[in-house]
Order: sequence, then structure tokens, then C-alpha cells
Amino acid sequence: MSDNYGQVRIALRNCGVIDPEKIGDYIAQGGYDALAKAIFEMTPAEIIDTVKKSGLRGRGGAGFPTGLKWELSGKSEGDEKYVMCNADEGDPGAFMDRSILEGDPHSVLEAMVICGRAIGARQGIIYIRAEYPLAVKRLQKAIGEAEELGLLGDDILGSGFDFGIRLYLGAGAFVCGEETSLMNSVQGGRGEPRIKPPFPAQAGLWKKPTNINNVETYANVCRIILNGWEWFRQFGTEKSPGTKVFALAGKVNNVGLVEVPMGMPLRHIIEVIGGGIQNGRKLKAVQTGGPSGGCIPEEHMDTPVDYESLVALGSIMGSGGMIVLDEDDCMVNIAQFYLKFTAEESCGKCTPCRIGNRRLLEILEKITTGGGAEKDMIDLDELGNIVRDCSLCGLGQSSPNPVLSTLKYFRDEYLVHVNDKRCPSKRCTALLRYFIMPEKCIGCTVCARNCPVSCISGERKKTHVIDQARCIKCNTCYEKCPVNAITKE
Amino acid sequence: MTNGNTAENDTAGAVNLITCTINNVEARVPEGSTILEAAKTVGVHIPTLCHLDLHDLKMVNQVGTCRVCMVEAEGRWNLLPSCSTAVTQNMVIHTNTPRAVRSRRIMVELFLSNHPKECLICERNQNCELQSLAAELGVREIRYTGPRFKTHKDSSSYSIVRNAEKCVLCRRCETMCNEVQTVGVYSTVHRGFDTVMGTAFDLPMLDTACTFCGQCVSVCPTAALTETDDSEEVWAAVSNPDIFVIAQTAPAIRVTLGEEFGMPVGTQVTGKMVAALKKMGFDMVLDTDFAADLTVVEEASEFMHRMEHGGRLPILTSCCPAWVKFIEHQFPELLDIPSTCKSPHEMFGAVAKSYLARKLGKDPAKIKVVSVMPCLAKKFEARREELTEEPAGADVDYVLSTRELARMIREAGINFGALRDESFDDVMGESTGAAVIFGTTGGVIEAAVRTAAAWLDPENPSPVIDFKQLRGIDGIREAEVAVAGKTLKIAIAHGLGNARKLLTAIRDGEASYDAIEIMACPMGCVGGGGQPYHGNNMEVLKARMEAIFKEDAEKPLRRSHENGQIKRLYEEFLGEPYGEKAHELLHTHYQKREQI
Repeated sequence: MSDNYGQVRIALRNCGVIDPEKIGDYIAQGGYDALAKAIFEMTPAEIIDTVKKSGLRGRGGAGFPTGLKWELSGKSEGDEKYVMCNADEGDPGAFMDRSILEGDPHSVLEAMVICGRAIGARQGIIYIRAEYPLAVKRLQKAIGEAEELGLLGDDILGSGFDFGIRLYLGAGAFVCGEETSLMNSVQGGRGEPRIKPPFPAQAGLWKKPTNINNVETYANVCRIILNGWEWFRQFGTEKSPGTKVFALAGKVNNVGLVEVPMGMPLRHIIEVIGGGIQNGRKLKAVQTGGPSGGCIPEEHMDTPVDYESLVALGSIMGSGGMIVLDEDDCMVNIAQFYLKFTAEESCGKCTPCRIGNRRLLEILEKITTGGGAEKDMIDLDELGNIVRDCSLCGLGQSSPNPVLSTLKYFRDEYLVHVNDKRCPSKRCTALLRYFIMPEKCIGCTVCARNCPVSCISGERKKTHVIDQARCIKCNTCYEKCPVNAITKE
Repeated sequence: MTNGNTAENDTAGAVNLITCTINNVEARVPEGSTILEAAKTVGVHIPTLCHLDLHDLKMVNQVGTCRVCMVEAEGRWNLLPSCSTAVTQNMVIHTNTPRAVRSRRIMVELFLSNHPKECLICERNQNCELQSLAAELGVREIRYTGPRFKTHKDSSSYSIVRNAEKCVLCRRCETMCNEVQTVGVYSTVHRGFDTVMGTAFDLPMLDTACTFCGQCVSVCPTAALTETDDSEEVWAAVSNPDIFVIAQTAPAIRVTLGEEFGMPVGTQVTGKMVAALKKMGFDMVLDTDFAADLTVVEEASEFMHRMEHGGRLPILTSCCPAWVKFIEHQFPELLDIPSTCKSPHEMFGAVAKSYLARKLGKDPAKIKVVSVMPCLAKKFEARREELTEEPAGADVDYVLSTRELARMIREAGINFGALRDESFDDVMGESTGAAVIFGTTGGVIEAAVRTAAAWLDPENPSPVIDFKQLRGIDGIREAEVAVAGKTLKIAIAHGLGNARKLLTAIRDGEASYDAIEIMACPMGCVGGGGQPYHGNNMEVLKARMEAIFKEDAEKPLRRSHENGQIKRLYEEFLGEPYGEKAHELLHTHYQKREQI
């Protein structure tokens, strides 16, 4: 095994290698060669055919075949067409797209021009979140430099082909990462998904045929054009060729971005590349796909990472979040944490996502605060399935994943919460009880003096006692006790 | 214009038929049909909530937000909204699987979990689409107990009350206001559970560009949007012995009020309506139709005056207060083209508190005029300062919608169906067929043309009465009318979106006409915002329109200037049509308003 522990860098090929603010650096790495090839040596149909044969699939999450998307928007009739780049990376803890845009902005610009050439568009728009100021700055610089060298704008490389790219800054709504919401947002409307069909390839931005891909998807395109589809297919699996960038985070020793060939087992990513679990703790689950992904338990760690396998396990590829959980993590708590995020970020358009997610969240809150019953688990399951089945867009359709997957794989943990009113991982604060162990307490009074609600009593040098009825479970005594005499159950 | 859900024009030419299977029955439908439409053709009913299709009016709400009409399609992992999913060739659909039925019921449970559930005391009790849906789906429990969304009620306007806590976010009001009426008052704001249908900057309705046409109320499935209730004040006035209360009834309500009492759509209930108002204690019951005739005489005179004196044409009718407010907000540069005539009920009020008061020997300050209207905009109109004369006060003191009158009749314990017909009181109770047709699109201009034709061609022994080229339901209609060697170019628009198109063309000099009628509500007053709920049924609106023309045809007099009481009014009081006194009492002016 090489130094990379099996990693392959295609999308991230130039990140950290070149100076992203110098177009010359990019060109020195073969940059814009793919564009020249696409313009002078290939017909639009050949470009689309190459992308199709490469088997490249959308890296934004759903995994739709990129070549097919290009073909559909290419075939759509329209006086005007658009090429859009979805850079509204909103998953908490995800920074794949950001790294590409900050480290290799030209790879995205070049791919967009190639796409424009392929589908017959002359205008590109990058929808980027305003919270990425450095990426915005570098993209702007890159656009300026490319225009100066005739690689962007009118008459590209003297070929007579015109293609311009402009940026559109998002205003912070998570749902605008959904492609049709994103288009509404660019049009000055409210970020809300549209009913599909019509798909963007038929009627997208301003109701014109539009091809929209994610940053990482574009970042793969130039190498495919340059090296050929056969080259690309040597990586990954039959159905999911190529690589995928993940933001590896959580309880692993090595956190950060990794780019691995599709089909690599989860265990390899966590234990070899990630260097195993911190502090020698035990791996419990991996949460993939961002806030609307599911939790995959330890017994499925040998699953190869590709679109279909993750969905089969009740999770998703998503844009590439990968959060490793250990035995200290409470799965009910985790489900609640993610659902809180998606429920807040719901655009409110359709009923299941607007009201259903809120009700799911309330049931989870009930369970994590000791008010749950086994019937709540049935309601969670039923309502979760309905929110998934009936929601209008991908946000609502995937938001119950954390709930449904934890219910499936960690049912016992839920049962302990609802029946014993206990949190085995000691994460659900409301279920905890703090005790002072008489055999350890030295009667120093530190706990009593620091308790914000004065619910600890006891004389100096004698064992102290916590009044359970008044304890607010703030954890202060636990942290302050000099002899670790406080225990929580 | 966010929803993109207005019906496109029907595509001409041959349509491809495609075959699908719904609940094991084969259906062949034109390409592009939705599952819901296909299901109808094979007799399969799918419950809906947000969906609304008034195709003839181009009001199609196809936003797919409520997720009630979900069905299963073989090969699809999720459920599909039947209202907004087109059928595809060989699609196999199941509408009544346990999964589909359960989803639907839970969707309604979710709505109810977030609803005030004060049905027993709600304005829409027994007339609420959410309530009917819950009954239809047999919802017997609401398992979700979380708190519901809370917000404030907006009763700032004199016409419309917004209670967003009862809103199901079906977006019908938004589609109606933004796309059909092109006024754009509503938009959803905030997100997640806190999403609410609101106004720009959360402005109170009174401060928005709302025209108060009330079409949002007409299509609201619940009581999230209702009319301002003025019945308490009216009861107080009626029961005050020191006040002389006069009721006047609009042309369009006599063919709709019966619907509120279970009568077939289009039943004419003029006599019963008069009898009910008298039983309720009004001191006099008179007819706005009288004032409609008066309006025709004034407007036709103004039109002829403009033609003869090189005044600006086209002349635009001004009897629709929502339309007047629309032009004030949206086309302030065109404020010199609407007729200066007050709307009929305002003319009525002005004459009642002067001419009639003198005739009755009453102090105008002790007279209250109550208009019963198909309209919510008239409630706002009655509050306009320029429609107030001293010392009599406002021309019209209270405006009741058709729905409010029906409620009051029920409240008073009057058995409407059993009432014996009674006639309007004298002096201002007579009217012609021309006044009756004010109640539907094209009627005002036809009434005006009837009189103008007679005046322009006094030698003609049998002038035309029915100008059928002006009738119809197309949103914008154009016609040429030949009168005494002259050709009058006339345009008619109903629905404010159509009005906007027409006005834009006039402003930009792309179209020229002699006279234009505009009604804010689709179909005119028969489709008014204060009318009985039409249940999203286009046929109801058409039947009301037919009833109007039927009543017109049955009237002995059909041209406004032939109205004997109107002639007497001019002889005894006003003098010349469009003269000094008429100007003082019967005409008004307009003001520029902000676009938001």
C-alpha cells in the first residue's frame, strides 16, 4: 500500500499543489488542455459521449449520471441555455467543494466551459454560498485571469465560441442546495423547490434548459476529457466509477478530507486512512451523507462505499460527509441533533417536511427527556416513512434518514430510553442522575459552593448529597470535584 | 410570480392520447394530463386540498404543497402527488392502497395538529375544505400533540381578515393574488415550521397594495382569510329607533343569495331577499340597481362629453372599487382616464342622504345606508374620505357581503325559503335590465352602450338592446359596435391580470379604444369576493351569469335612461346629467398610491 493508504486524487488533484491564484500554475499542470481538446478535437456529441461512457455520477448526493444530464440539456430546444454550478455546500462539517474552489478554482471553470460547449450554452452561473469568502475571491480572480487569456468570455481560444461565467452568492438557506430551489433563488424568488418534472434540463433557470452539477462533479470532468473515459473507469466500481471526496470527521484519529476510489470499504477509510478511533474507543457507527444521511452500524463496516450500497443501508452518499461515532455517542441524541437541523432548514413548502419533521423532532425530544413510550417508536417509524415518501424535494425525502436508520440498527438503545428512562451513553442530559459516592467524597464543599442551584448539601469533611428533585444536571459538580467522587447514571 | 402555476393557453391541434391504468382500470387521456385528471375520467376520486382548477379563468393552483392527493405508481419508491404529476405511457397507478390512504390521513392529522381546531365557533364551520377532508378520510384521532404555530391576526383592513393560524399553506391566495390578479400582496415568509403566508415586510393589509378584491378569500379552503364582519354594527343601527336605516342590494346578489339557503345555483331570489331585509328591521329596502341606471346615465353622458369635447379616451368604467384601487397603485399615470363616476352604491348613498332625505323629511345625519354587496372592496371604498359629504357623513355607512347577509338572515331565525316575495320600496327601487347586468363581466359596458346607442341615434325606432358581441367569459374581449354611423371600439377585461395587460397596452400606446369595462373579479360581480363560496366550481359562476342575463331579458325596461324614477330624480333634484349638481354628488376623484 502506498503512502496514500489507497487514496486517489482526481477531484483534489491540484489542491495544495498549485497556487490557486495563479492561472499559470494551473496551466502548468495541464490546465485548459481539456478545453482546447474539447473545442478543437471533439464535437459536442463526442464530449457528451465521453462523459457518458466514463460513468461519472453527480457528486452532490443523488448520483444521477452526469453524461445523461448533459445529453438531456443538450437535446432540449431553447434559444438560451445555462450551465450552472451548485457550490451551495451547506452540510455542517462538509468542506469538499470549498477546498476545490479555494484550491483549484480553474478546474471548475474549465469544466463548465466544456459543458457549455457540449450542450450549446453560452452562460455559466456558479451559485456559491456567501459564507465562503475566500472561495468567492479566488473564483473571481480565476474568472478574471481566464478572461484575460481568452480562456473564458468571447471567442475562447480564437474558436468563435463564447462562454461567460458569473457568480451568484447564496443567502444562507440550506434548501438552496436543492437545484430547483437554487434556481428560484437566482431568479430572485424564494428558495423553494419546484415540482419535477419538468427537470432543469428541460426548464431550469428562467425556464430555459439548464445543466446543473455540483463542484466536485465538474472537478472530475477535465481529467476525463483529457485522459479518456477508459482511464476514469479504472477507478471505482462498475456502477460508481471514479473517486469520491469525503470530509472525514468525528471520533477518528485523522480527520480531514480524503479522496478514495468508490467501492472502498468503510472500515478501510476509518481504520486505515482515518487511523482508527480516538483514545482506543470502540467504533459504533458512521453517519454519512450530511444531516439527512443515515447511521451505519459497526457490523456493516465492510460495505463498499458507493451510491447503491449506502442507500441499501438506509443512508446516502450525500455530498460526502462522514462522521465517525464511538460508544460514547447516543444514537437517539444523534438522530435528534440532525433532525433539528433539517427541520429548521425546511423551506416550509410541503406539509410532511414542514409539520411532519417538527412532529418527529418533538417525539424524539420526548424520548430523550424521559417522556417517551414504546408507542412513540411506532409513531416515529410511521411518520418518518411518510415524511420520506411524501415530501416534495430531496430535503424532506431524506430528512428522516437519521431517525429511521437509528431506529432500525439501534432499536435497543431507543428501548432503554423509553422503558428505563436511561441513556446508556450518558448523552441525554435530562435522563442522567448525578450522585456523590460516599466512599470517595472528602467533604471539601467544592461541589456545593459551585452548584448554581444550591442543591448539594453536606457539612465540611462529611459526605455531601445531591437533591435529585432540584438538580438541573448542569454537570458543574462533576467537573469541579477534585477527587472524582461524582458519578452520573 | 414564484409558483409558475398559472394555466398556460391550451395548445391547439391534435393531442396524443396515452394509456395508463388506475386501480386496474385502463384510462386513455391526452398527453400532459395529471394523474388526478386521468382518475376522474375513470370515476376514481382522489381527495385534494391545495389543488384548484378554474381553468376558464386561468386560475390553476398546481403547487403540490399539501401532499394529500398522494398515490402509488408501480416502479416508484415514493408516493406521487396526483394533482401535479403527469401520467406517462403505461403508468400503473393505485390510489387506494393502505399506504396511500394512510399517508393521506396522516397528512390531514398533521394539518390538524397545527390547527386551532375551533371548528364549532369558526366562520367556515360546515363550509371548510379541511374539515370536510378530515370527515371524508375518517380522521378519528390526532396523534401528534406538539404545540401549534402561533401568530397575530391582521384585521387592519376594512375588508379582509387574515388569520394565518388557520392557514394550510395551500398557496391558492398567493397564486390568485400574484399570478391571476398580478397584485402580489402575498408571499410565504420564514421557513420550516414557522413558514407563514405573509405580506411584504409584514405590513398590515391596509398598508399594502391590496385591492381588497377578496379573490383570495374566495379560494381560501379554511378561515385563514375571511371578510371583515360588519354585522354587529348593522344590527346595532337597525335596532336603534333614532336612526333610519336604508338597505340597498347590489345587482349580483339576487342570483346568489339563494345558494346560501340550499337553493339551486342561479335561483333569482329578489323578492325573498327584500322580504328578509324588511323582516330584519330595515326601515327601507331599496335597490342599487336604481343607482346602476343612474351610473349609466352619468357615465354615458361623460363619455359623450369626452367625445364631443375632445376629452381623453378611452373612458374606463369606475364601478369596481378593487379595480379603482388597482389603477391608483399600479398605473397612477393613467388616473385621468377612468370615468369620474362614483360606483353605483356610493351614488345611491349620496342621493339617499340628499334627495331621498329631503323627500322623506329626514335629517341626513340620522340616516344610515347599508349596502349589501358581492364585494369586499366596497367595504374599503365606503371608508374613503372623498366619498363623504358633510354633514351627512359617509355616502355609505356599512357594507355587508352576500355571505354576511345570509348569516344575519339565519341569525334572525328567518326561514328564507318560505318567505313571500316583496317589492323594493318606492322612490329609488325601480330599475331596468341594464342595471341588472352590472353584475357580470361586460354588463356595465353593455348597459352604457344601450343608452349611448339610443342617444346617438334618436331617430332609430327599434335600436339594438342585446349587444351579444360584448358577452362571454374570455379574460380580455374586444368588440366593435356600430352606432349611428360611428364605430365604437370597446374592450372588456375581468380579473386584474387581464386589466394589467390592457392598461399596459394603453399606456404604451399599443392599443386604442373608445371605452373599456374592467372588473377586478374574474367573471365580474357574480364571482365577487363577498359571494357565497363557489366551491372551486366554474359551473357555479357560469350559472350565476346566465341567471343575470335571464333577469335582464325578463325586465320590461332594459335601458337605463328609460327608468322613470331616474328621470324624476333629474327633473326634481339633479338637473342635467353630468351637470353641476350631479358632479357634486355623483362624481369623485382618484389618488396616486404606492406600489407596495
